[in-house]
Amino acid sequence: MYVYDEFDRAFLAERVAEFRDQVGRRLSGALSEDEFKPLRLMNGVYLQLHAYMLRIAIPYGTLNSDQLRRMAYVARRYDRGYGHFTTRQNIQFNWIKLDELPEAMAALAEVGVHGIQTSGNCIRNVTTDQWAGATPGEYDDPRIWAEILRQYSTLHPEFTYLPRKFKIAITAAPQDRAAIKVHDVGLRLHRNEAGELGFEVLVGGGLGRTPFVGKLVRPFLPARDLLSYIEAIMRVYNQYGRRDNIYKARIKILVHEIGAEEFSRAVEAEWEAIREGALKMTDEMIAEIRGRFLYPDFAALTDNPPELVEALKDERFVTWHANSVHTHKVPGHAIVTISLKPVGAPPGDATADQMEVVADLADRYGFREIRVGHEQNLCLPNVAQKDLPALWAALDAAGLATPNVNHISDIIACPGLDYCALANARAIPVAQEIAKRFADLDRSRGIGRLHVNISGCINACGHHHVGHIGILGVEKNGQEFYQITLGGRADEKAQLGTLLGPAVSYEQVPDLIEDVVDTYMELRAGPQELFIDTVARLGVEPFKERVYAAH
Amino acid sequence: MAAPQQQKLKVNGPVVVTANRLTDGAVVWRTAAGGWSAELADAAVVTSAEAAIALLAGAQQRDIDAVGAYVAPVLLGADGAVAPGNLRERIRVAGPTFELPH
Repeated sequence: MYVYDEFDRAFLAERVAEFRDQVGRRLSGALSEDEFKPLRLMNGVYLQLHAYMLRIAIPYGTLNSDQLRRMAYVARRYDRGYGHFTTRQNIQFNWIKLDELPEAMAALAEVGVHGIQTSGNCIRNVTTDQWAGATPGEYDDPRIWAEILRQYSTLHPEFTYLPRKFKIAITAAPQDRAAIKVHDVGLRLHRNEAGELGFEVLVGGGLGRTPFVGKLVRPFLPARDLLSYIEAIMRVYNQYGRRDNIYKARIKILVHEIGAEEFSRAVEAEWEAIREGALKMTDEMIAEIRGRFLYPDFAALTDNPPELVEALKDERFVTWHANSVHTHKVPGHAIVTISLKPVGAPPGDATADQMEVVADLADRYGFREIRVGHEQNLCLPNVAQKDLPALWAALDAAGLATPNVNHISDIIACPGLDYCALANARAIPVAQEIAKRFADLDRSRGIGRLHVNISGCINACGHHHVGHIGILGVEKNGQEFYQITLGGRADEKAQLGTLLGPAVSYEQVPDLIEDVVDTYMELRAGPQELFIDTVARLGVEPFKERVYAAH
Repeated sequence: MAAPQQQKLKVNGPVVVTANRLTDGAVVWRTAAGGWSAELADAAVVTSAEAAIALLAGAQQRDIDAVGAYVAPVLLGADGAVAPGNLRERIRVAGPTFELPH
């Protein structure tokens, strides 16, 4: 965990006081809505269909148990007793009242969390691998670099009014769990032939109405040059990015229009002018940030302790263990994913009670640390294997041990028309219905890894373009329809899905998805061939023929 | 899709003016008396673009009670009961279409 200092605490307290004053002036009429709206957005406050929504940043998806417990308190005291974890590793409260927002924000600020820069045309929460610092094979802990970017970008005066919002993601592992190729800037930590630490830099990825996979602009950037190079990117974007059309304002449009080579040349020219300036990081600066990350004091344990071996005689535990427990870099320990996708529940939602259970379990078994993944699940990154049986029993009792991680019912879904003022169609009920169809664990295990992503509009908050099966809600003559894509993926081989065919009605979606899955089961080369690989091998045509013949 | 506030006004049937209450964001409807009500049944229903524009203009004069006012379709029952005219408005009246976590 990163330890905030007095500067951070004072800054947040001042920010809450400022917002309290702004809310007071708005309620008294001293500020008009036009004046107030940009101020509330800068603090993560949106107005949705039926209430205000507060989006809280969870920097690089890392929380301590006190912070999660405080979120549970806010959910219970100021909202309707639950929160929604998002694809940007944030949490949203959907029913918060404007006149109570300052109090809620003050409660959150006491534990170092806030909504600053979770909206607006600025650099948003920097996201990373939820297994950071725990998974084997990392080149470094990517959160250190995310924290450096957080400090650099927070209230950066030059980048507070960018042409459009700006999202950065970092990974340091061979498997990309941070979807870096579909971010404005994607950073992959690695080492060059000389063994030096640096970043592969991708720019111009993104989803929304014009999706692109990011383009490589620099294969190796020395790590200590990160800030100056990011500043060069931001300056080129700030100067040349379009401001005349909101739909063409993201950096991906600029990179696409002028080409990655030309964009890279402009960045390199800017970088040459500033790379030896104030943003060049010294070893001491990096070490100071690194030193404020406190790592668990792992006990010397061995893999497969007797407690685990005994528990593996229980079939239900075996199923959960095989699905939700992952290899840790330290012997005798494990990474545990906590599914927030119980069949039939809204994906990514957790009740205040569940948040408190997870916080308590993190205290007892996980060195007080919790992570949020972009797949809308939680994670305890550091658990002793001997504690897994007790952890599982407690999670199971709280409805948090559904063994469906990476299965078809582990669906990423945006809030959709049930909450969002921008949406055209619902997403959550579609996800619930599909999950119910595949509730049988043997069946979903037999299908294997299959990511379904659902967005309720073209803004693509549910990342439908990169779902193995992507579902996009559209509106036709006042009715909800859904376009289906196949073959998208968000990992290190990121690619956009291919449209399967004409959109189908809300009622037809679950049947269609069943037909797609049945077709896969028939056509796959064997149980080892994943859905995404079958689609890659055969294309969408065999699926299209089969599915549309049936509908 | 552009939010209803940003769309060109089309009136093909009965409509109301709706907004969100400033203090808590709750859904409210413009009444014939020039106030706001949390009940759709209290809404002023008009049927022409001219009347809708006038109702909207009145609603937008003062933004301290409700914000984001726009014209929304409704359905009128045989008994005169007012019902929301599309899915978005049905959700605004009744809340999310699934059971909320509890």
